[in-house]
Amino acid sequence: MLFSNLSERLQDTLRRLRGKGRLTEKDVDEALREVKLALLEADVNFKVVRIFINRVKERAVGQDVVRSLTPGQMVVKIVHEELTRLMGEKAEKLAVSAQPPTVVLIVGLQGAGKTSTVGKLGGLLKKEGRRPLLVAADIYRPAAIRQLQILGEKAGLPVYSAEGKNPVEIAVGAVARARETNRDYVLIDTAGRLHINEELMGELEEIRQAVNPDEILLVVDAMTGQDAVNVAQSFHEQLALTGLILTKLDSDTRGGAALSIREATGQPIKFVGVGEKMENIEVFHPERLASRILGMGDILSFIEKVESSIKEDQALEMMKRIQKDQFTLEDFLGQLRQMKKLGPLDQLLSMLPGIKPQQLKGVQIDEKEMKHIEAIIQSMTPQERREPQIINASRRRRIARGSGVSVQEVNRLLNQFEQSKKMMKQLANLGKGGLKPRFPF
Amino acid sequence: MGAGIFSRLKAGLAKTKERFIGSLEDVLSFHQQISPELYEELEEVLVSADVGIDTATLLIEKLQERVKKEKPQSTAGIMEYLKEIIIEILSVPPPAALKEAPLAILVVGVNGVGKTTSIAKLADFYQQEGKSGLLVAGDTFRAGAIDQLKVWGERLQIDVIHHQEGADPGAVVFDGMAAANARRTDVVIIDTAGRLHTKVNLMSELKKVHRIVHQNLGSRNLVNLLVLDATTGQNALAQAKTFQEAVGVDGIILTKLDGTAKGGITLAISAQLGLPLVWVGVGEGLGDLRPFVAEEFVEALFS
Ligand SMILES: Nc1nc2c(ncn2[C@@H]2O[C@H](COP(=O)(O)OP(=O)(O)O)[C@@H](O)[C@H]2O)c(=O)[nH]1
Ligand SMILES: [Mg+2]
Repeated sequence: MLFSNLSERLQDTLRRLRGKGRLTEKDVDEALREVKLALLEADVNFKVVRIFINRVKERAVGQDVVRSLTPGQMVVKIVHEELTRLMGEKAEKLAVSAQPPTVVLIVGLQGAGKTSTVGKLGGLLKKEGRRPLLVAADIYRPAAIRQLQILGEKAGLPVYSAEGKNPVEIAVGAVARARETNRDYVLIDTAGRLHINEELMGELEEIRQAVNPDEILLVVDAMTGQDAVNVAQSFHEQLALTGLILTKLDSDTRGGAALSIREATGQPIKFVGVGEKMENIEVFHPERLASRILGMGDILSFIEKVESSIKEDQALEMMKRIQKDQFTLEDFLGQLRQMKKLGPLDQLLSMLPGIKPQQLKGVQIDEKEMKHIEAIIQSMTPQERREPQIINASRRRRIARGSGVSVQEVNRLLNQFEQSKKMMKQLANLGKGGLKPRFPF
Repeated sequence: MGAGIFSRLKAGLAKTKERFIGSLEDVLSFHQQISPELYEELEEVLVSADVGIDTATLLIEKLQERVKKEKPQSTAGIMEYLKEIIIEILSVPPPAALKEAPLAILVVGVNGVGKTTSIAKLADFYQQEGKSGLLVAGDTFRAGAIDQLKVWGERLQIDVIHHQEGADPGAVVFDGMAAANARRTDVVIIDTAGRLHTKVNLMSELKKVHRIVHQNLGSRNLVNLLVLDATTGQNALAQAKTFQEAVGVDGIILTKLDGTAKGGITLAISAQLGLPLVWVGVGEGLGDLRPFVAEEFVEALFS
């Protein structure tokens, strides 16, 4: 139980549906009950779950269910669409003010990770060539100002603080300082507060009126439970949030809070925190989370699985070759053997984003096929393995004879190879930029 | 005090009441008859309090058993049954050693749950009991963490043993224990860096810290307290399990109950791991630490 996650459960449920050619209404209900349980277990707010299930049900039972798809595929399609819609359609960038500095106010409950997020966001902006000013407006928690100063030092960024001033004065002073010193972003760290604390919420409202922020971002711990909706809704009602940041996604949380806060505020999740280091912040990709929940985009577990069985440098080497288009049939064979250890290939590939079940039809491989593939590749010359494009009709016939299979099988293998190459290149490119590819979603 | 925490929790909850489908009380007064819908709604309320679907189902099953056996006349009786069932689960006795000086308390948990603040509150509590205290700044990782504890130490006028940021936590803990033993301090409380339970290297660092505390106890008792944030959902169970496996957990401090979250996951933790809730945090001030009382917790859960 502990390590089974939402996407696994959903995958299970939906795979069962996929296997079936036809669905009775009972099947749909059963499946949606499973989906509901999985979502609740993932901490999605029960009201959001209810809305979600109803949306799916309405569409599934209605006239939408049609044509070329089986009912099972239809349910998968609808669940995926609705989930994606819930998460927001695409990644959203941080605002840029026409008149710098762009003022960003960071708010949230106690312990959500605001101060670290301000440091990380500053580092990220700096990398993009911006000149952020960090602002320590948490005057309540002991040593919160000190914490931000240390983070500022680490990031090589100035930190504005003012002893004896209240948070509103600090914010105003910081914006003035940013103008004087030609800083184009002002990132204001505020004290953690409860959404029901009228006095402290009032203070945020005062800051808002005083500096008119371009962004008001709510920081939410990804491990938050059912209450996430209440928190997000309250902050939004009182401050008109412009976005959300989800922290601590490097935990094993199923992260259902993301769905809840998104639904509760209608505001986009802009960034995710994935670790304690300064660079552990990433732009949020809604479609990745939606896919992961559905079991179609779980690149993380894909890579983890691959990593645990292939040695890391080997994996890196492979990644480079894929990126440079140097991936050969020999590598392909090696890869297939690796994957055999990991489980069915189609299951693994289904974790890649953007892969539709019908695309996987061609890449399903069983034990017997595996033997044939080995034989086919072994019947090729080294040059053919490196440059499959030279394999013309007569070479194909020779290879087929040599390996004791039909020409069609050789053709199929070459097609599969091209397909896999494309998919792996897509995967490899996603992983570019870091030594160890990591995807929160 | 009992009424205090209860009314405070209730006051907080009142504000968000309309957003819930209704409290357990509402559900029970709405339904005159015992019906499948009633059970379903009860389950939903429990889930909305973060109890978790598994534990909620378990509770409802137990409830149904009792209803079958005792055949209550009205739905009002059901409420009492459910309360009793929950209280029974939560009635795990707190570690007796907490009352016996000399004592060492090791405080663990994930990032931002309220470890350092709870330590200050605990130190205040023991000080009020007339016991001498010492704090050990075992969080050498998070920026400003040492200063944070030092500020509390100054406020409480309790010494803080500390090294530099980035120093080996094992070393400062060793020094802290040596100082506590030399001074015959009644209660030494050790802060640790927040760590996600999924980080294997950080968990083994914690094991090392725990071992050092253990080896240098002298005549002290050791109590490991896990701090959990009431706002956390189902992940708190995973946290409890992993910290339990790593260093052993003797009791739980549940913080941030002054918000609108009900901390229902602790029910699952008590039911599945048998861990006692010892303290609850209801604010950021020194006085905002209360002994856990199952009846009060259940009242708040039901309100
Ligand atoms: N509202 C509320 N805030 C709390 C409570 N306990 C701790 N906090 C706040 O939570 C934040 C994180 O606390 P801290 O002790 O630094 O957490 P640590 O990282 O686990 O040591 C701080 O802003 C605390 O003031 C509580 O019971 N209620
Ligand atoms: Mg701390």
